[in-house]
Amino acid sequence: MIEIREKVDVCVVGAGHAGCEAALACARLGLETVVFTVSVDSIALMPCNPNIGGSSKGHLVREVDALGGEMGKNIDKTFIQSKMLNISKGPAVHSLRAQADKADYTREMRKVLENQDHLTIKQAEICEILTQECENGRRETVGVKTFTGAIYESKAVILCTGTYLKARCLCGESITYTGPNGLQAANYLTDCLQKLGIEMRRFKTGTPARMDGRSIDYSRMEEQFGDENIVPFSFSTDPDSIQKQQVSCWLTYTNEKTHEIIRNNLDRSPIYAGIIEGTGPRYCPSIEDKVVKFADKERHQVFLEPEGIHTNEMYVGGMSSSLPEDVQLAMYRTVPGLENCKIVRNAYAIEYDCINARQLDPSLEFKTIKGLFSAGQFNGSSGYEEAAAQGIVAGINAAMKIRGKEPLIMDRSESYIGVLIDDLVTKDNREPYRMMTSRAEYRLLLRQDNADLRLREKGYRAGLVSEEEYQALMLKKSRIDSEIERLKNTVVGASKKIQDFMEEHESSSLKTAVSLAELICRPELSYEMLSEIDPERKPLPAEVIQQVEIEIKYEGYIVRQQRQVQQYQKMEKKRIPEDLDYDEVPSLRLEARQKLKLFRPVSVGQASRISGVSPADVSVLLVFLEHYHK
Amino acid sequence: MEMDTIAAIATGMTDSGIGIIRISGEDAIEIADKVYLSKGGHKKLRDAESHTIHYGYIVEGTSKEDIVDEVMVSVFKKPKSYTAENIVEINCHGGIYIMNRILEIVLEAGARLAQPGEFTKRAFLNGRIDLTRAEAVMDMIRSGNELAAKNSLRQLRGEIFDKIKKLREEILYEIAFIESALDDPEHISLDEYPHRLSARVENFLERIKKLIDSAGHGRMIQEGINTVIVGKPNAGKSSLLNILAGEERAIVTEVAGTTRDALEEHISLCGISLNVIDTAGIRDTNDTVEKIGVEKARKYAAEADLIIYVVDSSVALDENDRDIMEMIGGKKCMILLNKTDLESVTTKEMLQDILSANDVFSIGETTVRIVSTSTKDGTGIDAFESAVKDMFLNGEIETDHQICITNVRHKQALKDAYESLLQVKKSLEDHMPEDFYSIDLMSAYASLGEMIGEEVGEDLVNEIFSKFCMGK
Repeated sequence: MIEIREKVDVCVVGAGHAGCEAALACARLGLETVVFTVSVDSIALMPCNPNIGGSSKGHLVREVDALGGEMGKNIDKTFIQSKMLNISKGPAVHSLRAQADKADYTREMRKVLENQDHLTIKQAEICEILTQECENGRRETVGVKTFTGAIYESKAVILCTGTYLKARCLCGESITYTGPNGLQAANYLTDCLQKLGIEMRRFKTGTPARMDGRSIDYSRMEEQFGDENIVPFSFSTDPDSIQKQQVSCWLTYTNEKTHEIIRNNLDRSPIYAGIIEGTGPRYCPSIEDKVVKFADKERHQVFLEPEGIHTNEMYVGGMSSSLPEDVQLAMYRTVPGLENCKIVRNAYAIEYDCINARQLDPSLEFKTIKGLFSAGQFNGSSGYEEAAAQGIVAGINAAMKIRGKEPLIMDRSESYIGVLIDDLVTKDNREPYRMMTSRAEYRLLLRQDNADLRLREKGYRAGLVSEEEYQALMLKKSRIDSEIERLKNTVVGASKKIQDFMEEHESSSLKTAVSLAELICRPELSYEMLSEIDPERKPLPAEVIQQVEIEIKYEGYIVRQQRQVQQYQKMEKKRIPEDLDYDEVPSLRLEARQKLKLFRPVSVGQASRISGVSPADVSVLLVFLEHYHK
Repeated sequence: MEMDTIAAIATGMTDSGIGIIRISGEDAIEIADKVYLSKGGHKKLRDAESHTIHYGYIVEGTSKEDIVDEVMVSVFKKPKSYTAENIVEINCHGGIYIMNRILEIVLEAGARLAQPGEFTKRAFLNGRIDLTRAEAVMDMIRSGNELAAKNSLRQLRGEIFDKIKKLREEILYEIAFIESALDDPEHISLDEYPHRLSARVENFLERIKKLIDSAGHGRMIQEGINTVIVGKPNAGKSSLLNILAGEERAIVTEVAGTTRDALEEHISLCGISLNVIDTAGIRDTNDTVEKIGVEKARKYAAEADLIIYVVDSSVALDENDRDIMEMIGGKKCMILLNKTDLESVTTKEMLQDILSANDVFSIGETTVRIVSTSTKDGTGIDAFESAVKDMFLNGEIETDHQICITNVRHKQALKDAYESLLQVKKSLEDHMPEDFYSIDLMSAYASLGEMIGEEVGEDLVNEIFSKFCMGK
């Protein structure tokens, strides 16, 4: 038999949301890349909710886009409804969410991959990661081997296996050993990874049923519309190009009857019967969980969301379940509007193998196996957006590694992606990790509206953002700066015209001359309103005005956060040598020593966030490092 | 290396006549200037040369009216100082009360309370200490912090601990509510919420204010000066405790031997915290229960920082008094000649004679103070209080240095929490969007956590998921 042996630069295992971003990043940086998937028809599949974005996830999509990723552009091409959430709240928590046409989303992403230079798509299951010994007894990856025995030699491998490793789907008593949507599971890779000394764990998640839209009585539900003015995800998408007719979602509620059916059948739920071993996420609980944990709640919201415009299928948001089919049907039929519903696909829970991400550096490379990177649900996260965010970082860093350059590492003060990755590699996550705005301590700075200002330059330096896009950013930046400068230096006195203006807008009259910036700070006034008393003003793009207004209005808070960031960054900059022997550090408490050995943080800042490492331990470490460096 | 400015008491709190409060960091001199008043009133430390010392006052305000202590202040400019940062050392009177007071004023002016070993750590990190001593520095940091953490918890009174825990829980609930609504706006609404939060914040502020006040009176920490009241049965020990505590704590009757066990009360005299233990009267007894009480009294007396020996002036001294005197010999003590409202049988002179004749009462150079009182009509209680205060401020009574620091640390944490909540209040008044509130609520939560040794960690995420039902 002749062995198939190919030589490439990078192998990406899995073509979900992480795999697509990783593969595109590598190929766009000029590296010969192969992306493996168990089904080419399922590239960038959305096996759960039919939307992209939402609170804090929308931030991630914007950030991926600013770095030069594809998710934002792809959803802009394929959305069927769009909504900016939290619009009545502060700008830091505004969040974009779009309903996708799932089939279109997949098709469009596949098109992008297929037309990308240096990128090859290969349908194959990867069973083995090939490694060899390198310096200090560590290993390095040299390629992968497929189920059929073909070998792909590469300088880096990126694992984006999603929920496919030893996947098992549960619908009551019925168990299938498949990945999502009945796709083939990947049953061999786990063993290979374990042999390489990688610690695996088992997580669980779930999805609700899909209904035949024709069987739903929408007259018994509240219609949920999209926004009138559609805002794109991508900084490269022209807003005018995507204004279109949108489809609606529908809101209804569970009731006591629904809950009774669930309670009476709990013994048939694989979770409550103890059949499921994996740990599920608390933020998207199954309807069984909701009924049990929040027993005093009389009803729970249910959102019916279209799966696309060329299908009747409707996603039943809020009612994921692993109850048996008969119980599912009975329970769904108690919900107003679903009395006669027909289920197209049953709800199910899925269990899969993943890793504890503390085995990774913040660059997403394994600490013990050089050249091996990983991203997405494999790292213990959940969600399409979280996966894409890690995917682009892993892709860029695999390329940086091959090119012998410094990795792209964003800290917690720079991006949600930085928070996400830092949490994954530093905290002891016991459940699939989902992004939330409350996890970002510097969130006033990390807004979705300024993701380009924060990250475009990084994308440009990495090589994923074009010169043209970068110049556009520079122009935007200088316009913002000079307009803020102008508003701070333009002073208006207490003239009659000004006082009349103040009175008209129910703002207290002026006692002394003030700058226009000071007036914008008043809650009742805005940049827009001040145009009357600001004759010097030149027309500026809306995105510039938005930044100017936010920077001025919230300056006090923003400056406070910036000061906190300065404090924080000092400790991030104190690097810990890779091979530091913690047994050599005197005076560390035992718990701290054990945790530090386990997590091997890259900086004193990261060390300080490991639970079990006290401020005194951090001080000891600082003193030791000072000693060590001399 | 750019770091914030820290302060702490640099000398141990012993009988020494001088105490030093050290301030180190970029703003050390500026902060010192805020609390220092020169003799003439015009000299500023920022104009002083490095390595000079200046006479003046520490004031809590701007004029001589507000003098806290008369001091000598040394100025060391970076990099030629112990830590290689700007350092100001305030040399004040060595009493624990004064040192604490000055430290608090300095913290108020903008310094942060130093962690144990922090000056040395900075000295080391700034290259002022030989590398060979790194290990000793690390040891010091570790042991100092462990002790502080242990004391911090041990000394916090149970009820205060509970109050802080409760406050934190309530604050966390509000944050979790806001965050759940931000995270899942379609499930959880914040309509009308600022109204509710306003009321909650007022309530939090009020409760923290009370705690800060109680910290000022030293009532917050468990261990003040261990004071034990001893004396023969029916000498008036329980009455004294009741007067000091201002409440009927001990049962006072005319039957000798009423207090059979020890009663404890925390009392603040002019800002000095006393743990007063009222003991059973000491006499040769056959009553088993009372006997245990007497044994306990002896034990407490042996461990006391200060003993108050109450003598009934209306009866003659006897064998039991001699026993008591033997027991309290060598201890810091004060004698109350009680029941001056009755006809005097035992006099001050008689007591003094016995004391001067007895070796065990030659406590250093200080003589045992004898104060005449009547616990019935309150005569002499003021004199008694000021005598205790004098003993304390003169350093006659020793106490654990760490305890006072703990109190300062706790108070600082409470003040930080208070400031954060004021910020929330301001955001509410300015009609800022809801997401702005949770930032400062979280700071308040973290500050309170420092007091009871709890980190923030995953608290918020856990609270969100356990209290609010959200998600797809």
